[in-house]
Amino acid sequence: MTLAWVVAAWLFVVGGYGVATSRDLVHAVVCLQVCQSSTYVLLLSIGFRAHATAPVFGDVPPGTAVVDPVVQALVFTDVVVAATVTALLLAVALQVRKSAGTRNPDELSELQG
Amino acid sequence: MSAPDALPLLVAGPLLLAALLTAAGRWLPRAVVDAVAVAGAATVLGVSCWLCLRAADGAVVSWQGGWSPHDGVTIGVGLVADPAAAGLVALVAALATAALVFSIRYFEEVEGLFHALVLLFVAGMVGFALAGDLFTMFVFFELMSVAAFALTGYKIEELSSLHGALTFAVVNSIGAYTTLLGIGLVYARTGALNLAQAGQELSGRPADALVVAAFALVCTGWLVKAAVVPFHFWMADAHAVAPSPVCVLFSGAMVELGLYGVLRVGVVVFDAPLGEPPLKALLLVTGGAACVVGAVMCTRQEHLKRMLAFSTVAHTGFVACALAGVDTDAVGGAALYVVAHAAVKGALFLTAGALRSRFDTVSEPDLFGVGRSERTLAVVWLVAAVGLAAVPPAGLWFGKDYIDEAHVHAGTWEVVVLGVLVSALTGGAALRVWIRVFLGRGTPTASQSGSEPAASDAEEETTEQLTRTPWVMKGSALALVVVGWGAGAVPVVRRAFLAAGEQLLHGDEYRAAVLHGSTSPLPNVPLPPSLTALGLASGLTAAAGMVVVALLGARGTGLPRLVAPLARLHSGRLGDDVAWLFLGIALLGGMVALTAS
Repeated sequence: MTLAWVVAAWLFVVGGYGVATSRDLVHAVVCLQVCQSSTYVLLLSIGFRAHATAPVFGDVPPGTAVVDPVVQALVFTDVVVAATVTALLLAVALQVRKSAGTRNPDELSELQG
Repeated sequence: MSAPDALPLLVAGPLLLAALLTAAGRWLPRAVVDAVAVAGAATVLGVSCWLCLRAADGAVVSWQGGWSPHDGVTIGVGLVADPAAAGLVALVAALATAALVFSIRYFEEVEGLFHALVLLFVAGMVGFALAGDLFTMFVFFELMSVAAFALTGYKIEELSSLHGALTFAVVNSIGAYTTLLGIGLVYARTGALNLAQAGQELSGRPADALVVAAFALVCTGWLVKAAVVPFHFWMADAHAVAPSPVCVLFSGAMVELGLYGVLRVGVVVFDAPLGEPPLKALLLVTGGAACVVGAVMCTRQEHLKRMLAFSTVAHTGFVACALAGVDTDAVGGAALYVVAHAAVKGALFLTAGALRSRFDTVSEPDLFGVGRSERTLAVVWLVAAVGLAAVPPAGLWFGKDYIDEAHVHAGTWEVVVLGVLVSALTGGAALRVWIRVFLGRGTPTASQSGSEPAASDAEEETTEQLTRTPWVMKGSALALVVVGWGAGAVPVVRRAFLAAGEQLLHGDEYRAAVLHGSTSPLPNVPLPPSLTALGLASGLTAAAGMVVVALLGARGTGLPRLVAPLARLHSGRLGDDVAWLFLGIALLGGMVALTAS
């Protein structure tokens, strides 16, 4: 449990560091994904039970220990959200490349002050 | 239809209409698309007003799929409309209606996609306001975020639009992940996602490190949306490039929903283990900084929409400070302030949008004196600017008066001072624009094409320049200004705001209503006297300050030298904004840990 929480915190920070220092928009979007995967690790570790099986009740006998299905549903929703945001950001990155000829976010300087 | 049945429809209705317009928009005539979208937003407005009346007799709770609580334990997804939530839904719908009416003439070719995005955005905000559990709040938070990102980058052939959307999306997404991490921690401790249930589970035990971390993480994401310092960097960039009618929703409702989320979670989930000090500290420190930074930066801007965006940072910061009072008058006053601010700021954004579609620019130097022929717009801008400075008897002033009284009573004088500062500087900046653009007086400054080329070409939304301002544009701006000034005029309405604020602070009543179905009608709050010496003094000081700031600004003398380093911090670089975000997360965590007993 503790190990999983440390991993989650590390993923969050390292992903954020990647976004903050990125020189390439596609790289930044992937780093954002790394950052988000910290939420998957944390949520799944919260629902984990030792020696329990997946919460699919069709093929296990009643009374079998299963891991918490609620967090799995949360992660599932979270993945859908991530897909939406990633698709949108990649489309924006592509469009930036088309109109500015660069993927480096530091070369975008229209908005300041 | 019973009141609980209406709650899911308020979310599902705009979603279905958005899907319809996306699918069929390209074959429908433009008038039908406009009519469907406006009718949809207006219907949400009507239903939510009716819901406000019903919620006055006790919170309306709706359990999806019939998963209602048993013996005070729930695993279902609940939507809850207490007066504050229902009022916010009405605010969102009213602003969306005004924005969509304005858009009838603002965009030339839209094919329904713009309308669909606005309706999605509305559905997200309505869902966030009504959500009764943490994860549903997160889902609708993300829905409104994604719709907002897309609306910001709506004009994809403009590089600045893409830049603004990118910063907005990355910063807000990381904020949302922190919130989700915090929600995970709450679930780990309580096994509950429902706000009421989680609050009840947490109430029995003293706070430990996990509860402290959970509170800080959940609040971080919502404070990012609320654009308090140091999370405000995305805000001006997004507002500068988003279409003007969208800015009405950004400034008037979306940002304020972030503060609503903080207060709701702080009161319903974390009130028992943490008490009030961490909530107060969070709101007061980040909000106070936002007041100063937003107000000072606002006076420096010559891009009209950037100026209004920083003004929103300042006013939202003041609302955060007000909420930090955690007292009936402070929170009720803040609710009134939010509504009046949304209307007045919306009118300013719509006027800026009308100027853009008429003169093809929102840069103050380029607009110098061109507004002389626009009498209606000139009146709207002037009345809205004066209203923004909370001059008596504007709606903002009534709200600010209650906030001031409450904070003086509690001994937090600094909030009163911050309020005067925010009113004087933001009102002054708007009045300066009026003097230069609509009167053609003062010193014209050279167009700063080097630093802000975005001002003139940021949003080529309309394909052809209008030769005169259409009435739908003037009318929607005018309606908002009337609401902004009239919001506080009726004593019954003021009393309703205070009662809603009072109820928002009662975590125990909320938990009882959700888990046990008990109904507690709106408390009978005594109306504090209006026109107090303090209220008049702060209102008139702000008015005098506004005039001084405007005159100095119009002559070209401001405080640029002093605040140049502050302006340089707003580098517009994605990496810098993300670095500030992480610094902010660390600061908030430290602050909550220190103030939690």
